[in-house]
This record gives sequence, structure tokens and C-alpha cells, in this order.
Amino acid sequence: MAEKKSFEERRQHLAKMSDEDLFQYFWELTDKVVEPMVQEGRENTTPAVERSILLRMGFSSLEAAPIVNGVMERGLMGKGCGNIIWRLSKKLDMPYREVGVGLAEGKYWDEVAGLFAEVAQ
Amino acid sequence: MSNEKGKVVPARETNIKLDPEKKIDLREILDGLENYHTPRRPWHWRENRNVERKIGDFVYQETSEPLKNSVPLPGSRGFGYIDPQPDCVITTEIASGRFEDDIRRMRMAAWQGADHIMVIRTAGQSHIDSLLEGTTQGIGGIAVTRKQCRATRRALDLIEDEVGRPINFHSYVSGVAGPDIAVMFVEEGVSGVHQDPQYNVLYRNINMRRSFIDACESKKILAYGGMVQIDGAHNANATAMEAWKVMPELMVQHAINTRFSEKCGILAENIALSSVPPTAPPAPCMRLDLPYAVALRDFFRDYKIRAQQNTKYMESETREATVTHTLNMMISRLTSADIQSTITPDEGRNVPWHYFNVNAVNTARQALNGMDGLRTMVDINREGPLGDTVRELKERAILFMEEILEVGGYYDAVEKGFFVDSAEYPERNNDGIARELDGGIGVGAVYKRDEDYFAPVSAHFGYNNVPAEFDKPEDAIGGDTFSDPSKIQFIDELDESDNVNVRLDELSKYDEHPNLIRPEVEFRSDGVIVLTLLLPTDERRAEYAAIALGEKLGLKDCTVIHKQVMHPSEGTYIEMKGIVDFDIDLDTLVIPEKIETLSEKEIRADIHDKPMTIVAGTVGEDEHSVGLKEILDIKHGGIEGFGIKYHYLGTSVPIEKLVDAAIETNADAILSSTIISHNDIHYQNMKKLHDTCVEKGIRDEIILVGGGTQVTNEEAVKAGVDAGFGRGSHGIDVASFLVKKRREMENEG
Repeated sequence: MAEKKSFEERRQHLAKMSDEDLFQYFWELTDKVVEPMVQEGRENTTPAVERSILLRMGFSSLEAAPIVNGVMERGLMGKGCGNIIWRLSKKLDMPYREVGVGLAEGKYWDEVAGLFAEVAQ
Repeated sequence: MSNEKGKVVPARETNIKLDPEKKIDLREILDGLENYHTPRRPWHWRENRNVERKIGDFVYQETSEPLKNSVPLPGSRGFGYIDPQPDCVITTEIASGRFEDDIRRMRMAAWQGADHIMVIRTAGQSHIDSLLEGTTQGIGGIAVTRKQCRATRRALDLIEDEVGRPINFHSYVSGVAGPDIAVMFVEEGVSGVHQDPQYNVLYRNINMRRSFIDACESKKILAYGGMVQIDGAHNANATAMEAWKVMPELMVQHAINTRFSEKCGILAENIALSSVPPTAPPAPCMRLDLPYAVALRDFFRDYKIRAQQNTKYMESETREATVTHTLNMMISRLTSADIQSTITPDEGRNVPWHYFNVNAVNTARQALNGMDGLRTMVDINREGPLGDTVRELKERAILFMEEILEVGGYYDAVEKGFFVDSAEYPERNNDGIARELDGGIGVGAVYKRDEDYFAPVSAHFGYNNVPAEFDKPEDAIGGDTFSDPSKIQFIDELDESDNVNVRLDELSKYDEHPNLIRPEVEFRSDGVIVLTLLLPTDERRAEYAAIALGEKLGLKDCTVIHKQVMHPSEGTYIEMKGIVDFDIDLDTLVIPEKIETLSEKEIRADIHDKPMTIVAGTVGEDEHSVGLKEILDIKHGGIEGFGIKYHYLGTSVPIEKLVDAAIETNADAILSSTIISHNDIHYQNMKKLHDTCVEKGIRDEIILVGGGTQVTNEEAVKAGVDAGFGRGSHGIDVASFLVKKRREMENEG
């Protein structure tokens, strides 16, 4: 690790930079440090992210948790929990809230797998 | 329940109104709460800052719009009770463990000038993988729940109308339910949050990937809410063994959260750095902390600064904490602060008490008023040691950031223990906090979004395959809770034995009998009082002697909360708390009637028709003159303003001289003042004044008035004068008395 070198040795490439150059360089480095985490956020989801979606759809925290757990158990997190409820409500021709509450109570899960073609295969 | 459309009651459209003369009715706040709705509440900065403002006799440069209702600083008495509101938002952190008691404290704090009220979460909440519901009691904080938020916001809606300035309600988006909480906060009108995934990783041992992915969603939601976000970098300062060495790392942590937040959608103007001056006296803290503050503001010039107080070196002495806070605010005034935070000075010894919240807010108000416009006279001198240190700190921070990239990125750096190492970077003590990428709470709960992933809601971060038939994702469900609050599910209490209704019922005696009161510091009528003692013995024995004394006084649960050696054997200062287990019945008290004063107009008319002359002086060997001059002087609303002529003889005036002057000028009254009160010298002087007037044969024709900070009317009258005026008396009180007394004497004569 670079820790063995002293500050004086390590700062040589910065010594001639103006204060404004330092500012620009600091933020360029920061951009590079954070970008991979932002990219992970764009491409992935988590139980908390999915619960927050269900809350926005009008489910309570007590309803959201069992729905998300059910989706995780069935390996369907990649589809999105809100998506599952929305598709199921179309399939069952029922209001989406009723469908979600039903899922929270353990109903309709048999219908879920068929919602996504590649899972059915 | 509120899930039927059209049942939502918008903020303020209820019959509740606060009356400054009455306590807030918590049952009213809770009534109909399931339907109450405060709309999205973006952060509020104080209004009309950066304009010169004349307040009382002075022109201020760093103030904002005044309040409609407030309690001015005690010292304002000498300045016509002005209450200049500083330009920056002032924070107070309130969380006793019972939100219903916090609401009452928030009202007190708002009247003292706080407009950012931060609610601390109870310790375990970070690890709960869901929202909490109900209103259970917390320890070292409260359970932040929808009901608690909604009730608090509803009370704050009323309190902000009472004081005349919007109040920012604030809490925490951390732990493994960050996005859940962020949604609830937008729905319930929260305006500010702490959000920093690094905090989860370093201090809560939450899995790194989980923490950052959750944070993306949370931040997008916070951005939608227009909330101000405060980061968690200051925790490195509080955790590191030698806090003054972690400054380069603090800049790195601030930068990571700041830029990450911007990429998630939060506007730069809503991103605030939680910055703490790293050291405190007896370290030469100004010289160490000021360059850091300057370097930080240079690098983070596009963002806001939330100036937090140093708590790392806080012990149990409230005075010491207050001085550190004041020095910290000098840095705020010499550089900049958008939000001035306060930590209660008792935090080093207990969960903060009511009046210490008020004290901390007042320390901020007082210091910021006192240093108003300081920068127009004092410059930061960048030539010399400050400039050199600023440069060095920036370079060290850059080297730190470079090394993060060299080892493979942020996750690798954390695994290698880069953060919270106590050496000044690039030196290393290898005592940093290391976390594994495949470890921590919530590990493994990260799922790749498929190509057909869809989230039918607004404010969602990242990939979302919205079906082509919809303009906006939430159109798929006819709008989400952010656009239609009637969709929000309100869950009431889940715990039958620990909830607000049970707690209010337990203390219903005080609702039914408002004449009964008991002292309190934390919870309603908790009975806690504090004794301050100087015991003439050594520290150890003093502590036990204090407890014995408290028990003898009948106090329960006596605990020494602060002790300080005055001298190893001569004496120890003690502050001790204890509990009283009785109420005071206000109905049984004999309270002297407050004397109503005549109107200014009536007094002036009386004096105009019949002029009045008085002689005045501070008697005995007493050089105090301020109080008496305020009673006399026209500029301070004194009796001169009503047309009364006065002869002021000065300080340390012998009684005989005062009486002789009264005879010589044919005065209607003598006003004598004494501040010094030991051995009852003030009342002895009043008696002597009375006796001298009797001896000289003028007592029946002259009005005698005694004044001074320790004077009460009852005791003064007993001592032989006609009236006594103590602390808080004004010219009008004295003038009114003189006019009334003269009328009385004329009627008798």
C-alpha cells in the first residue's frame, strides 16, 4: 500500500497545481469513485426498494413486507413487486389494491408464475 | 380508515387553534389523525436574508424576517426586548423517547427561535427491515413511525402558525428500511433528513452494496420531496481516537455522499454537509479548526453547510459545552453556515432535557446576534499558516481519493480499513473500520433488474421498463400516494400496552385537574428537580454527602449528574437530580395580585396637569447604576418619558444626602436603589430612608420607593417605604405607582 510513502513524496504531482486545478481534480476523482455505486443502483433492486414502491402504490408496511418476501421466495424480484401486482390485477381483472392485499394474505400466488413467459419456461 | 377517496383532511383545515395562554391539547392532535394530511413540505430557508435590517436601535447585516411570537433573549431587556432572528436556520434535536412530550418541547423551542426540529431515532430502528408502526416508547430516541410523524407534523403546523415562521421537521433515512422511510417522510411532510450510505456501512454494519443501492432510491425520493439532506461524515470525527487528524478523510466522506446524491437527483442547493469543528479547548481549537472550515467551504462551495457542534470532547459540565458551542459559532460567522445546529449542553450526562434544548438554541441565537456582520470587519488571512494548512488539507484529501481508486474503488477501500483510521492521512494507524463486501446486515438481498422490470410509481431511481401506453409510470395505477394522499394507509397502535393513549391515560390526572403541577425535565410531570451544591469537602465524599442530603430532603432516586473539584479539599461543586413525588396545587397558592398600571396616556395627562419631581440615587456603598437609570431614562422607557423631572445623584449616595436633596428640590418622591443584597443591606437602607424622612419631618409628604434586583414589594413595604420594585420592573410601573400614590395622598390630605 502507498502508505509507506510520506505526504511530501506523494504530493509532488499536486505541488504545481493552482487552487482551482485542485478543486477540479478533487471532483473528477470523486466522480470516478461514486459512479460504480450509482450504476449498481440503476441496475439492481432490494427488498427495501420494492417495499418503498408498494408503499407508494398505497399498501401499508404490514402488507408490503409479506408481498416482497413472497416475491423473493419465488425468485421474481427482477420483475419488480409493483409490476407483479399490476400485471396480476389485469389478469384477474380486479383492483390492484385488492390483489396486493390478497397476495399479502397468501392468495393468488399460483397465478403469479404464469405472468412472465421466461419463468414459465 | 383513510383509504376512501375524498376523506383526507388537508393541513390546518381543522378546528384546532393554539392559544399562547393554553397548553397544547395532545388528544386534540391525535383526534382524527388517520385522515389528517400535510402536503409535501420542501425545505424552508429563513426569509429576506442578506438585507440590512433595522431592529431597535441597531442595523443588522445577518438577520431574517422577525417572528410573530417569541421569547426574546434575557439580555434584550436593555434593548427594548428586540429579538433579531439570525439568517441561518437554527436546529434543535428533540427525542425524549415519548413523542407526545417532545411536541410540547418543540413548541418551547420554536418560541426561542428554532426552525429546524430534528427527531432522533431510537437506537435499534436502523436494523428493522421495515417501517415501524404505532407509537411505542423509545430509549435514547423515539420510534419514528407514521403516526408519530403525522402527529408531530400536525402539531408543528399549528406551532409554526403561532410563531409565524415555517418549521422544518427532520429525521433519519438510514438502516435497512431507508427507501420505506423516505416514502413515508414525503407523505407526512418531513422537510429534512440525514442520509448517507457510508454511515450504514461504517457504523451500522449494513452490507455495502445493499446500503448504496437503497440509498439511490432513498435519495431520488428525497429529491422529489424537495428535502434538504444532511450527510453523516461528522461521525468519523466523533469516532476517531484523535479527531483532529481525520480532517482529510472527512472531506473525502463529504465528497462521496455529496456527489453520489447529486447523481441520484438531489439538487446541489439541497445538499448540506454535516460539518463539525474537529477539536475543542483546551486544544487551541480555533487555530486547528478554522483552516479546516475554510478548506471545506472552498471545496464544497456549491453546497450548503450545516454547522454542527463538537460533542467529541463534551463532558458533563454544561458551561464547558456552551463555551465550545460558542467558539464553534465563531467559525460559522467567520466562514459561513446555512444551518446552525445545536447540541444540548447536557448531552454529556443524560438524554437532553427540555430547558437544555432551549439553552442551546439560545446560545446559537445569542452568539449569532452578537457576531452579526463580523466579516465586514474581520477577514480570514490566507497569507501565512492558515493558507498553508488549507492547501495541505486539500492535497491530503486528494491523495486519499486517489488511493481509493488505486486499490480498486470504494468497496475495496472499505474492505482495507481506509476509513475512520486515526492517523492523519496518508499516515495510517491501521485502526480503521473495515467491512466485507460479502458481509454485514442485509447481505445477499440485492437483485438484478430484468429487462421487463417495472415499478409503477413516481420518484423511482434507475432502470424502469414503463409500458409504452403510459406517459408516467404511476399512470399504470391511476397515480400513487405522492399525487393522491387518500391512498396512504394509516396504521394505528399495534402495541396494546405501550402506546400514546395508554401513556396519556396514565397521566390524565393532570388533564382533569390542570391546577395540579409537578416539575419535569423530560416527560410530563416526571418530578425531576436538580440541586446545585457547593460542599466543603473532597470530590468522593461530596458525592455521597450530596446523595444523603437529597434523601434527607425527601427526594427519590438521587443521582449526581455533575461534580467538579473546586479545590482538592476546600470544596466540590455538585449538580444532583432527584425526584419529587408530590404535586403542587395551584388553587391553594396565595399569589399577590399583579398590580395593573395606569395607561401611558393617563400618566402623561396627570403629570402634565400637575408636574412631578423626584430625586434618585443608588444608596449605600453600591456602584450599580444600570437598573435605576433604566427606570429614569427616557430612552429606556423610564419615568422621564412621562414628563416626570428627576435629579439623579449617582451611586454610593448617603441616605441623608438623598433626603436633603428631596427637601431642597421640594421633590414628590425619592427613588433609592440597591443591588447589593447580602445581610439584607437593601432592606436596611430602605428602613434608614424611612427613618431619616421621619426625623426630618417630611415622611407624610413624600413618596419613598425602593428598587433593586432582589427587592420584593412586600418586603420593601415592611421595611418602611411605600413600594418596592424588583427585577423586571419598568419605568411605567414606577410612574404608575407614583401617580396613584400621589392621588391617594391628596385624597387623604
